[in-house]
Amino acid sequence: MALTSPESKIWWNERIGRAELVWITIAFLWGVFMFSMMVWWHLEGNQNLSNEVYRIAPTKFEEKTEAFTEKYTVREEAGMPVAKPEPGAEVYMLSRLWEWWPILELKKGQTYRLHLSSMDWQHGFSLQPVNINIQVHPGLEHVVTLTPTQTGEFSVVCNEFCGVGHHTMVGRIHVVE
Amino acid sequence: MAKAKTETAEAVESVRIPPMQRLLDNHFLLLFLGVVVPTVLYLLWGVMELSQIPIAE
Amino acid sequence: MSVTTDTNIIGGVAAKFRTCPATGLDIDLAAQRLIKANAVAAIVFLAIGGLFGLLVALTRWPAVHLLSSDMFYLVLTAHGLDVLLVWIIFFEIAVLYFASAILLNCRLAAPRIAWVAFGLMMAGALLANVTVLQGEASVMFTSYVPLKAPPNFYLGLILFAVGALLGCFIFLGTLVIAKEEKTYEGSIPLVTFGALTACIIAVFTIASGAIILIPTWLWSLGYISHIDTVMYKLVWWAMGHSSQQINMAAQVAIWYAIPAILLGAKPLSEKVSRAAFLMYILFLQLASAHHMLVEPGISSEWKVFNTSYAIYLAVLGSMIHGMSIPGAIEAAQRRNGFTNGVFEWLRRAPWANPAWAGMFLSLVMFGFLGGISGVVLGTEQINIMLHNTLYVPGHFHATVVAGTTLAFMAITYLLVPLIFQREIIWPRLAKWQPYLFGLGAAGISLFMMGAGTLGVSRRHWDITFSDATLSFDYPPAAFLMLGLNGMSGILAAIGGGLFVVIIVASVLFGKKVDASNIVAALGPKPQKQMSDAVTSYGSAGTFHLPGTYILVSIFFTAFVLYYFVNWKYLSELWQMG
Repeated sequence: MALTSPESKIWWNERIGRAELVWITIAFLWGVFMFSMMVWWHLEGNQNLSNEVYRIAPTKFEEKTEAFTEKYTVREEAGMPVAKPEPGAEVYMLSRLWEWWPILELKKGQTYRLHLSSMDWQHGFSLQPVNINIQVHPGLEHVVTLTPTQTGEFSVVCNEFCGVGHHTMVGRIHVVE
Repeated sequence: MAKAKTETAEAVESVRIPPMQRLLDNHFLLLFLGVVVPTVLYLLWGVMELSQIPIAE
Repeated sequence: MSVTTDTNIIGGVAAKFRTCPATGLDIDLAAQRLIKANAVAAIVFLAIGGLFGLLVALTRWPAVHLLSSDMFYLVLTAHGLDVLLVWIIFFEIAVLYFASAILLNCRLAAPRIAWVAFGLMMAGALLANVTVLQGEASVMFTSYVPLKAPPNFYLGLILFAVGALLGCFIFLGTLVIAKEEKTYEGSIPLVTFGALTACIIAVFTIASGAIILIPTWLWSLGYISHIDTVMYKLVWWAMGHSSQQINMAAQVAIWYAIPAILLGAKPLSEKVSRAAFLMYILFLQLASAHHMLVEPGISSEWKVFNTSYAIYLAVLGSMIHGMSIPGAIEAAQRRNGFTNGVFEWLRRAPWANPAWAGMFLSLVMFGFLGGISGVVLGTEQINIMLHNTLYVPGHFHATVVAGTTLAFMAITYLLVPLIFQREIIWPRLAKWQPYLFGLGAAGISLFMMGAGTLGVSRRHWDITFSDATLSFDYPPAAFLMLGLNGMSGILAAIGGGLFVVIIVASVLFGKKVDASNIVAALGPKPQKQMSDAVTSYGSAGTFHLPGTYILVSIFFTAFVLYYFVNWKYLSELWQMG
């Protein structure tokens, strides 16, 4: 039994039962299928995480984000600038204790290159209620291509623990027609 | 309880044991493989990629 | 008392043994003391960590919202530390010593070093706990840099890890001694092979922990100025996730052991089961990548390959165990005379025996809740929808609580009579314990996964965002889920508390076990059991196992459906690339 040594000295040559063989084959093929599914989605699917990443000093990313915001600010909301970039533009959003800055206003169906980085600790970009979640690191500029497919008011919740104010860290993205 | 076998019987048997069974009975070879495989595929490959991230303009 | 103590000289080393009245095995008393010490330490930390878990669940429950934010993050850090690491690893060390010295009928290698290991682990666990409770180390169990804890937090973890590594070497040393002294013939038992798998994964886990925690400790002391944040995560998870793969191997070994003890079950095929463990040894650790799927800086090639455990070969291993374990049980029960219909073997299993009930519930819940959700969560693109939501703790409460913890509880009901030589007191209460705990754990997992699917963040004190400048409301269903999660937490806490009380009381006040009552002390067993049934081999070729085929088909159908449902959800997300 399982608690004692195998009864036959040479157990590797034992015959495997038919049902077991069938199950092993199914399980193996299912594994190959699930693996191929991920590869195929990279080729044909529309939801993949970009691999475009650069190392950048937080101060430099802050400068870029400020320049972007200055250029595109259309109004203020809750004391924060709202930037409305033209479709296809390079869009910046930085995270720091405890805010996402600035607020963005995007157009439905248009594609944007969203640059994400952190000024201090790690944060979690959690776009709700869409439910897109991306980890944001200090010192790394992650460029994600994003195409909103719905209109409305969306929130960016921080879902990586970042200290005592973590649960107050909410940002905003508006999507308009 | 285990009884010691004669040297010759053991020698005869060890010749016939299939290679896969010998691998599974070789605990330190398994230890080696179990440490090296994830170290290469997960750690080293990962560290290599992280060290190649380009600097932003 | 028929338990005798005598001194045997084996290999020139004096060790004291007693003869086990149930199996006739010689039990090294030094090993026995060490198993007791590690198991007791484990259960103490389970009690502490479990209590912290209850506080977390009650704070997440919006209507209760028990703790302040500071306390919540502190308690959450302590909860992760105590149950995810300390309880589990202490118990695993006990399992390693049991699977080597006891099952191989051998003396334990270097018991003195094993005590040093125990001391280091205890000192490390206490140091880390004290540091967290002092309030300066609320960095979560993962302590992602640049969040910084005081140096003693990392030092505690390092000491604990060094102790655990010594424990692994004791296990390996015992295997060497057993082979040298020929205390077994041929290959080691399957359960010991499972423990070896756990040990090998543990060595990789602890080495990774050392690689990352030592520099982090020095960074916290001020000797190192910078630690790369993604690099930290990459290496930290080689420890953090692989440590849960140690559980996986250890619990599978226990799933083989309990039916063997209670029903006389035999593996359907030694070859298949061991090959499945080999898949674990080679590939299970790669799943540390599950935590890196939405990190910047690592390529999709790395992510797809590692998250799939090398084309799902480790999942193949699990799916093989998922058939061979119920198959072995069905074969044994059919040999025991339960041949009516498709499921008499399962219906007439000893459901009143907490060791059996805990083991089987653990197997089913691990497979259906933990296994399936793990593969789905670990699919590179699907992870975009689930990363850092409550789905993640939901998943690993199914694996670590409903799976591993329940399996460890189940084997404890057998270790008490076999190793502590005490009867379980209050057997009627013990009968209900695994069901209570299992139900609570299933609820915790399901409701957290539910909330996570709705987007709710993990590690979050206030999901109403009442102090935030910009407001946001999660869907109302999320609040319901977290309420139900709180109630399940209470249920699990009652079940867990019962376990701790029953085991501690049995160890202290239980009736002594000897040859006259050892069989009864192992708890209820199937009635119709035939005396010579245990000696025949149960290969799938000889036995038709319709019940197992049905169970496996249900599992596979659930797996496939749930997998595609999530791809469907993913395809509705905003386009991104």
